[in-house]
Amino acid sequence: MELLLISTLKVILVFAIVLGALSPLAGWAERRQSAMIQDRVGPNRASIGGFRAWGLFHPIADVIKLMTKEDFVPATRNRYLHTAAPMIAFWSAVVTFAVIPFGPWLQIANLDIGVLFIFGIASLGVYGATIAGWASNNKYSLLGALRASAMMLSYEVTLGLTVVGVLICFSTVGAQELVVAQAGPIWNWGIFKQPVAFVLFFVAAMAATKRAPFDLPEGESEIVAGYFLEYSGMKFVMFYMGEYIEMFLWSALATVLFFGGWQIPWVPFEGQTWYEFAGVAKFLAVLVAIAFLQMTVRWTLPRFRYDQVMDLGWKMLLPASIGNVVVTAVVIIATPAGGVLQRVALLVGNAVVVLVALAVAAAMKGENKIGVTTEALRTQRSEEAVH
Amino acid sequence: MIRVREKYGDRMTALESSYLTETLKGLSITLRHFLENTLTRKNTVTLNYPEEKKPYPERFRGLHRLMKRDDGQVRCVACMCCATVCPAHCIKIEAGEHDDHRIEKFPIEFSIDWLRCVYCGLCVDACPCDAIRMDTGEHPKPQIDRNGFLTTKIDLMKLGGPSVAVQGGVRPDNGEG
Ligand code: SF4
Ligand code: SF4
Repeated sequence: MELLLISTLKVILVFAIVLGALSPLAGWAERRQSAMIQDRVGPNRASIGGFRAWGLFHPIADVIKLMTKEDFVPATRNRYLHTAAPMIAFWSAVVTFAVIPFGPWLQIANLDIGVLFIFGIASLGVYGATIAGWASNNKYSLLGALRASAMMLSYEVTLGLTVVGVLICFSTVGAQELVVAQAGPIWNWGIFKQPVAFVLFFVAAMAATKRAPFDLPEGESEIVAGYFLEYSGMKFVMFYMGEYIEMFLWSALATVLFFGGWQIPWVPFEGQTWYEFAGVAKFLAVLVAIAFLQMTVRWTLPRFRYDQVMDLGWKMLLPASIGNVVVTAVVIIATPAGGVLQRVALLVGNAVVVLVALAVAAAMKGENKIGVTTEALRTQRSEEAVH
Repeated sequence: MIRVREKYGDRMTALESSYLTETLKGLSITLRHFLENTLTRKNTVTLNYPEEKKPYPERFRGLHRLMKRDDGQVRCVACMCCATVCPAHCIKIEAGEHDDHRIEKFPIEFSIDWLRCVYCGLCVDACPCDAIRMDTGEHPKPQIDRNGFLTTKIDLMKLGGPSVAVQGGVRPDNGEG
């Protein structure tokens, strides 16, 4: 009974943080941040009694508008799947937060397979996108759905493999155990053992959230809005919120894997109450910082072309992450656990992975360069133009 | 002869085509703008429109106004020049006979539909007696329905002021007027 009560409280608290605070603010923060980056002012008109609060009331206005909006559906849709798709997308994003350890005790369920659970559920999100695209009976939606499934499948491989390196380092897959293993000085954090894995994870996670520069499933300039083109009102919001929540999910996972979760460096946790609050605050601060970085990247880079995304995923990120796993495994076995030697060897291994990846990229440049039109393609194009 | 130098061709270095350094460069630019604009608004060029206004050029053609004589009567003599020249047909004048035989006519009603007006300024050019001007420097205000833009003589005269131009095209050197 008591367990039930505590669990319910934890559920309410976690979902208040994620759904009540982070996601609505993300919409505001993103619009405001893009305005600052693009030398604009941004939304600042919504006011309560003349008080504007830098546009902070816009999320409230948006929610009221979206709730009262007509739910417009195409007549030729598949009735059941069209309704189910946003639920799947939203559910798969939200439910993963059950295993994220926000603090020493603030974790809804401490599963032994925490990280695997996150990957398992989060990859179900692609069903939401695919089903939405198919059930809408619209060619743009279908194209968006196909792009979404192809891209998410490719990047989930990399995403999973980059995490393997970290899991090898800490020899556990439980989310809470991972955080506990990073106690002590700051160089126990995952990022100082697996810097390359962090970069790869960050890129792959951005692709998994389908946000710019990897937003080709939406590609508003080519396929209007992709798989959620035929959605309006709250159904649309569920996709939209799902995307934001997923962004926070990967940020939270990055915090757990690479930034010591709620562990404050050098300060050991021995059951102090203040530590529990400080730990949660530190976790959220790191989470928001990573999410901020993801948003900044969104306003920095243009959208990739479809073949560039596939090239980047399969030809650069995947080999690099496999190389990272191999090097990490070898180093962990060959060096005594926990020593300075191991730490240095891990960093050297990471550097080797980067150098090899760059060397391979340089060697491949002539025949099939990543991200640029090759000389051959260009000649082919000019020949086509002649014909 | 024109020399062409290919600056951003296919020749990217391996480091560039790995996106890493270039992304970092881009991030530093966006972050710099973000910080500059949050802290100082240095680059922000947007005006918060209704509160902050940019001064219009002096010859901006804004809302019309009907000018008045010294005694406060309307200067317009209902000659219909402006209504005739108006390309949008938005000036409606109902002429009446004036008690003063030197003035002869005056507008009983004079209305402009600011929604149809294209703000070309031809009416001002056409007017022989400086009765209509477009120098208020203002826009029509938003209205709930179309009729709100139909502006009557009384409102046009409220915007107006006395004009010092000599009435009726009479030149000062004639010794009359
Ligand atoms: S400005 Fe042009 S369109 Fe407007 S009332 Fe004068 S003549 Fe007509
Ligand atoms: S041209 Fe001038 S005087 Fe003639 S009707 Fe128009 S405003 Fe009146």
